[in-house]
Amino acid sequence: MTGKIKRFIASKYVINIMYIPVLILLVTFILVPFIKGIRISFTDWDGYSQTYHYVGLDNYTKMFSDAKVLRTIKNTFIYGFGSAIMQNILGFSFAMMFLKNSRSSKVMRTLIYMPVIISGLIMGYIWYFFFQYSGGAVNDIMMLFGKPPVDWLANGTRAVLIITGVNIFQFAGISMVIYIAGLKDIPEEYYEAALIDGATPVNKLRYITLPLLMPSINSSVVMNLIGGLKLYDVIMSLTKGGPGYDTMSLSTMVYTLYFSRSDAGYSSALGVFMVIIIAIISLSMLAFFRSREVEL
Amino acid sequence: MIKKIVKFCVTAFAALIYLCPFYILIVYALKRLTDQSSKWIPPAYLYLDNFINVLKKGNLLTAIKNNIIITASAVIIIILISSFASYPLARLKTKLNNTIYMVLIAFMIVPPLSILVPLYRFMIDINGMNTYWGIILLHVTFNVPLAVFLYTGFMNNISVQLDEAAIIDGCNRISLFFRIIFPLLKNITVTVAILSGVSIWNDYQFSNFFLESSSMFTPTKALSQFISQFGNELGLVAAGCIISMLPILILYFLLQKQFMSGSVAGAIKG
Repeated sequence: MTGKIKRFIASKYVINIMYIPVLILLVTFILVPFIKGIRISFTDWDGYSQTYHYVGLDNYTKMFSDAKVLRTIKNTFIYGFGSAIMQNILGFSFAMMFLKNSRSSKVMRTLIYMPVIISGLIMGYIWYFFFQYSGGAVNDIMMLFGKPPVDWLANGTRAVLIITGVNIFQFAGISMVIYIAGLKDIPEEYYEAALIDGATPVNKLRYITLPLLMPSINSSVVMNLIGGLKLYDVIMSLTKGGPGYDTMSLSTMVYTLYFSRSDAGYSSALGVFMVIIIAIISLSMLAFFRSREVEL
Repeated sequence: MIKKIVKFCVTAFAALIYLCPFYILIVYALKRLTDQSSKWIPPAYLYLDNFINVLKKGNLLTAIKNNIIITASAVIIIILISSFASYPLARLKTKLNNTIYMVLIAFMIVPPLSILVPLYRFMIDINGMNTYWGIILLHVTFNVPLAVFLYTGFMNNISVQLDEAAIIDGCNRISLFFRIIFPLLKNITVTVAILSGVSIWNDYQFSNFFLESSSMFTPTKALSQFISQFGNELGLVAAGCIISMLPILILYFLLQKQFMSGSVAGAIKG
């Protein structure tokens, strides 16, 4: 035995001990809880008492007939895909506009990226000052035009759009810097060659810029999509998921089911569902973009 | 010419949209609660009581101190253990190590909230609630996969000949890492520190679930608690938001380039 250990220490494999701390942490704080979570999702546990019963797949079947959860899933998709699409369109436009290193471009890049480094919770509060009912900045403008004030966040559908908008505002800057880096990597000669061939700006965009930018589009879309699907902070500061359950995302719903409704089993089932959804969506997006990348 | 005018207008409009929220926030913070005038008009008087009061009532200074301790310790641990882990993963591409690498990266997909129930119970069981070490370990765990991904990618590009030369000189494999490889990781370490530092500093989820006593609060948790108490005194809330984001904003204006290139490096290319 000691001989084996000595041989291991002398071999090149000895460096494998260096990933042990990371593995211990990931197993303790992610893998084991994840497996426990799957087990809890098959029970009716309330989160604190000693007893519980196995209820089979009840929590999962319940999910798809529960109007609140269906609304939550729909909202999560709006937060995810709405943000991903708009953030990338905006981010790409900003990148094209502020690509050059002029003074005004630099100022604009600093400004547009700034919300990225601010906490989502605080970003939500900042926009709350705009949309709140009594004396909010938007209602101040309404009054200026003699219109009655509107309780912007009281309507679920509108609040979902506002939350998505805040998320887009906050993270369009990430897409912008990814696209700027990607655009700077495209060799100038390609555009020169296109110019000689008499290509129009639209042609250049379609046949040079977009195909060569595919890796950047890939990472930007997938990252924003996952960010939107996980959305939690902004919702907590703008609406806390309300009115009722109208603006809940999967994240806030998992939280509410556990802490407010003591339904740990159901909450866990929703958590497992969330991991599956995010895994499926992000893997299929990666595969979709991978097939469209071209080699330089 | 027309193109220039259009570009100027669009730029000005974008600048306006991005400045507005901060402008309104500042006006809110500088106005008296009794001031009913439009929030678009700055106050004609100087009034700083909102800032003073929120510091007193909201316990924000303690919260900022807590956040500095938590963020700094977590970032240091992340840098150490992730760079350690990447060394074998980049240098010894055995079947086992490749599998470990793939599994590690896959953990990035698991959102903390999806395992909230078991994680919460587990933190109670190990007495990790309301402790620095509890929340630090959680932050480290959830930031390590991205850090390992970045370090491994970076190390793949460091020539193996360096290792071989050092071994011929009689360096053992582990001290080789500390003496030769680690000093070369400076650039990517800055990226890892910024990416994980920002996400930990701004965190609300973990502090919301796992810090329940007010002496342990971070600014986000303190603010959210403060709002449920003093929700109608929005001037105070605005002042609290400004104070809470000040430290990271100052850092951002000093290290803009590093922040932006960090985002690019952190965008996972599959």
